[in-house]
Amino acid sequence: MTAVRTFAGAAHVVGDNVDTDRIIPGKYTKTLDTADLAAHLLEDYDPELAGRIAPGDVLVAGENFGCGSSREQAPLAIAAAGIAVVLARSFARIFFRNAINIGLPVVEVPGHEIQPGARVRVDLIRGEVVDETAGRTYRATRMPPVMADILAAGGLVPYLRSGGDYSVKG
Amino acid sequence: MPQTAAEKVLSRKAGYAVEAGDIAVVPVDGAMATDATAPFAIKAFESMGGARVWDPARMALVLDHATPAPNERISTLHTLMRRFAAEQRLRLYEVGDGICHQLMMENGHVAPGELFVGADSHTPTLGAVGAFAVGVGSTDLAAVMHTGRIWLKVPRTLRVELTGSLRPGTYAKDVILHLVGALGIAGATYEAVEFAGPTVAGMTLASRMVLANMVAEMGAKTALVDTAGLEAQELPAPLRQRLGASGPLAELSADPGASYRAVHRLDVSDLGAQVAVPHLPDNVRDVREVAGVKVDMAFIGSCTNARLEDLHVAAAVLRGRKLAAGVRLIIAASSRAVFNAALKDGTVETLSEAGATFITSGCGPCVGTHQGVPGDGETVISSTNRNFRGRMGNPNANVYLGSPAVVAAAAVAGHIVDPAEVLSGVVA
Ligand code: SF4
Repeated sequence: MTAVRTFAGAAHVVGDNVDTDRIIPGKYTKTLDTADLAAHLLEDYDPELAGRIAPGDVLVAGENFGCGSSREQAPLAIAAAGIAVVLARSFARIFFRNAINIGLPVVEVPGHEIQPGARVRVDLIRGEVVDETAGRTYRATRMPPVMADILAAGGLVPYLRSGGDYSVKG
Repeated sequence: MPQTAAEKVLSRKAGYAVEAGDIAVVPVDGAMATDATAPFAIKAFESMGGARVWDPARMALVLDHATPAPNERISTLHTLMRRFAAEQRLRLYEVGDGICHQLMMENGHVAPGELFVGADSHTPTLGAVGAFAVGVGSTDLAAVMHTGRIWLKVPRTLRVELTGSLRPGTYAKDVILHLVGALGIAGATYEAVEFAGPTVAGMTLASRMVLANMVAEMGAKTALVDTAGLEAQELPAPLRQRLGASGPLAELSADPGASYRAVHRLDVSDLGAQVAVPHLPDNVRDVREVAGVKVDMAFIGSCTNARLEDLHVAAAVLRGRKLAAGVRLIIAASSRAVFNAALKDGTVETLSEAGATFITSGCGPCVGTHQGVPGDGETVISSTNRNFRGRMGNPNANVYLGSPAVVAAAAVAGHIVDPAEVLSGVVA
């Protein structure tokens, strides 16, 4: 189990429809080394962004974050760069699943207005996101229980190793 | 209760009636990973404690995304896949055999009513035969390899009903580009898209694959094309064999009265050729609005549009003509079988005489790794499915998407042009 269920960090903000080719271009994905991936995170979007990330920071996006390919290198690159949690107004389907599966917390916060540099606190258990800079509290969309279980285990690998069987509750 | 096509397949797999919104844990009929996703999947499979793939006969690996390997690092990943396939007795498709989705269809890995899981976002292409085919990432695929099962949320369905006949010079690609433009890049996020109607009933399997392929560009989870009108002889021989040589095609249609998130009706009769302009696949215009845009590179390839019927369309445009000065046309047939058929019937000769360059059957320039990366400031017209900035390997290039006819016509004219004008001889 990952002990950490609450996060606080500075917001790095990107816009709508940021696709996986922008998160990590296809030409850099053919590797098993996640440090290589982190070095090219969002490079075509903002070449300086990766260098500004401090461990524990929060990536904040608009609508449809992670659309495009199924490459798991996209959430892997984000996690390897030190991002602790990704918030978006909405996510693309495969990206959302992939992030949970590798244990990167992703939180859907419809209509958020978080600005670059804002200090953001995320409480995964309560489903609460606080923009401390603007003094606003948002409610996160609830994810299916099976996803919450996988995320709580730290990803799909530890989930299955510890006997997880996708049991569907309710 | 009347069911959508998606609810039908997943109910059959679950063993009880499911409806949109339910979470179901279901056994998988077929699975696939490529050189872009298999290395991480193998690593995750091993970390899960996986020893044997649940059912080696149901799992294939494909070398298609970077083939032949452009450097030693990628070559080493290919070696890892070859070794894993041999150890696990999985079918491995080698360099040059073709693009994963084409190979899965051609070789009978997927059948109507089945549940297929592919570690590639264009896996819904296989919905062309009425399967529930869904794209996942590497770790999800690893879990399928380990357990033979997957958890899925039963999607809501957007039904698309097509009527009317396509005009000369327009194709399934123009229909799906128009729909992506009309519904938007997130227009069907998390949903199944069901295609039906008389226009669909008259389509070849190849054209049905074009429709299903680009639901990925609407964010959809899967596509299910109504099997009405799909004749058994349209199905690839290995699939016919698997279904029983003389047996009828297992049909998959939604029940009348099924409940949909929305129904979108389109009469295709008045549709002109469509083009997606930089840098999103839903920036769609009628070709006449972008006519005159000068092109440097033209590409016919990808899991969207590089089957035999596509090469025939390109040959019809290019027969007896030459590429415009300063334009390069690169072609990657979607599989070796497609290339061989085009070789035998003279299509390859026609295209090569016009100046086209054939490269390895595989993803090629579609994914921007090698074999035709555009230069800074260059414009590409491509029969592929994505024009995100940097998709073809250079963030400073502009990529336009169109049908093989639009690509071939632009290659002849040197600029984007309505292919109907070239086909009818208005443009030399
Ligand atoms: S051809 Fe392009 S879109 Fe299709 S599987 Fe290959 S890289 Fe993906």
